Parts: sequence; C-alpha cells; structure tokens
Amino acid sequence: MSQLLSDKTRAILLGPLNRKNPILVQVLGVCSTLAVTTKLEASIMMGVCVTIVVAFANLFLSLLRNLIPDKIRIIVQMVIAAALVTLVSELLKAYAFDVNKQLSVFISLILTNCILMGRLEAFALGNGPVSSFLDGLGNGLGYAVVLFIVGFIRELLGSGTILEFEITPQSFYNMGYMDNGFMILPPMALIVVAVLIWIQRFRNKDLQES
Amino acid sequence: MQEAINIFIRSIFIENMIFAYFLGMCTFLAISKNVKTAVGLGIAVIFLLTITVPLNYLLENYLLKPGALQWLGDGFKDVDLSMLTLLVFIAVLASVTQILALLIEKYSPSLYATLGIFLPLLAVNCAIFGGSLFMQQKEFPNIGYATIYGFGSGVGWFLAIIGLAAIREKLEYSDIPKPLRGLGITFIITALMGIAFMSFSGIKL
Repeated sequence: MSQLLSDKTRAILLGPLNRKNPILVQVLGVCSTLAVTTKLEASIMMGVCVTIVVAFANLFLSLLRNLIPDKIRIIVQMVIAAALVTLVSELLKAYAFDVNKQLSVFISLILTNCILMGRLEAFALGNGPVSSFLDGLGNGLGYAVVLFIVGFIRELLGSGTILEFEITPQSFYNMGYMDNGFMILPPMALIVVAVLIWIQRFRNKDLQES
Repeated sequence: MQEAINIFIRSIFIENMIFAYFLGMCTFLAISKNVKTAVGLGIAVIFLLTITVPLNYLLENYLLKPGALQWLGDGFKDVDLSMLTLLVFIAVLASVTQILALLIEKYSPSLYATLGIFLPLLAVNCAIFGGSLFMQQKEFPNIGYATIYGFGSGVGWFLAIIGLAAIREKLEYSDIPKPLRGLGITFIITALMGIAFMSFSGIKL
C-alpha cells in the first residue's frame, strides 16, 4: 500500500479516517449523525450514500472550479450537489426500493449535510480533480466510520439488537435488564460522539485543545 | 395578536431549533468559542431566517402549491409544481446567503475571517432550511405569521448559541480532562442543555 500511493495522496485519502475526521475533528455533518444513527442499517446506508455523493461532487466541482465566478459559487455548488443527490435517490429507488423507502427523507437530507458543502468549499475549489475525488472519498469514509460506531452502540444499548437481530439474550430481560430508551433520543448521540472524541484525543495528543 | 405572540414564544422555546429538533448543529458547535463571534453568527441566522421564511412562504403560496398559480388565470388552476419545492427553497437560501456573505465581508472583515468556511455553510444550515420546511408544514394563514415564525426561530437559535458560548467562556477556568477539552465537553454540554429543554416539550400555548 505504501508503495502504491505517494505520501501526499495517502494523507488526503486516509487522513480523514482519523486525524482529520469530518465529525470528530472538523465538526461537519453532526445533524445527520444525530438523526440517522438510532439503527445500524440506516447508519451504514447513509454512510455509503454520503461517500458517493461527496466524492463525485468534489470531482465535478474541481473540474469546473476555474469557470465559476467567485460571487455565485455557493449557488453553483448547491446545484451540483442537488443534482447528485437526486441521482442517488433515483438510483436507490430503481435498484434498492426497500432501503429507499426506509431512508427517503435522509437521502434528501444529504443535500443539507455540512460535509458536502464543507469539502466543496474547503478543498475542491482549490485543488485538482484527482486529489479532490480522493479527498471526498476519504471524508465520506471517515464520516461512515463514525456513523457505524455510533449506530452500533445506540442500537445495541437502545434496542438490544444489531441489524434487527436480537443480541441481548432473553435471560437478561428475565433478570430485570431493560433496554435504555434514552439511547434512542438525540442527546445521547451527542454524548456517544463526545466519548469517541475523548478516546480519539487521548490517543492523538496533538489534537488536544489547551 | 395573541396568536402572533403564541407563535413567537413557541418558536423560541418549545420548538427551539437547536434543543428540540437538533438542527444546525455543525455551525452551533464549531462557532461558539466566545460570545462576541456567537453574537455575530446569531444575528446572521436571525437575518437569514427572517428573510428566507417569508420569501419561501410567498413562493410556496403563489407558485408551488397545487392550484397556487390560479392568479394567472383559470387555465393554471390544476398546475402542481410542488415537486420543485426543495430546489426552489435551496436556491433562495443560497442566494440570500451569498448576499449576506458579501455584506459581512464588506462591513466586518474580522467577523468574516472568524466565521471562515461556516459562513457559506449557512446556506445548507439545517436550521435555516428546516425553518422553511416547518413553515410549509404549519400552513400559516398569512405572511405576517410566517415572518414572526422565522424571526422567532432565529431568536431561539441566537439565545441557544449565546448560552453555549457563555458556558464555554466560563469553562476556560475549569479543570477538564485534557482529551475532553474544547470540542468533547461542548458536545456533552449541548446534550445536557438538550435534555433540560425537553421539559418544554408538551407545553401547549
């Protein structure tokens, strides 16, 4: 792997997974993290869709970046993003109808996901198409990883299931164990993310704020 | 008149964008390090909501709703453009945000520099987009109520971010575990404030 990609490319692609994580470090895309992570399946699908949309939006904006006047760039970015989101939602409707029905609102919410606009604005406007595409891919994956962990913890503790399979044994319930309904509420997602930030900054001392 | 006051109070406290719906979190968490910047951002959000909600109300009622085009003549009675809602709303938000960004850059370059990437991000701020969508859902009888609703939601957001910024300024002096300092503790405080605000839910005005 290390020979396959140059150091710079590796930093662009893999940085967002840990040290430049969109949620934990850049604080982008928090709203959707709170909304979709009550169940693991929805979290995974959302992660995949966001990765695809961000990567291609980055690519297209980067190709167009020298043609766009600075003063109307926000509108152009929104149009590119809206077109891609519509495309993904139509594709899901055609090939994965069940998933689409489950996620319909969240898919259009990708449009208002800060990661999308954030990466377009911060990276794709000033970099070439290839690195922009990799940057979008990396940031989408970084987002997906956090969503996966939060969704896993919330579904396990909140409903006692993983991907709808019962995980908590019945004997636990017989002994008086109860699923924590609080885990389903949005404030708990904030606390789970806070704990993730805590662990991550404990391991990467240079990210700590004074 | 009483109805208007009810809408105003309700949009600030009971249906607070941040603590009841958890919308607009990214900007909220990232730009709340000190009260001064928070005030600037809060005013920008009030401004955006007060302008975009009535604008979108007009578009919704005279262009997008089924039968909304009736003022053009009887031939347009059956036209239904509601599938364009998202696109039109987003376009309005993006253009108003762009104008606001230009204004702030001109009159307060220091605020422009502090807000950085989060200023253009206001165009996709869920709180502002949500304001328009909730307005559509609530079906206000006239544009006055819609304006009051937009203004009230903005004020609610403004109060929330100032509250958080004030708490964060005080936190400078407390002894928090190092990895939790900054962002981590902010997430936890927001969660606690959200739990406290849940006590408003269910109040009917």
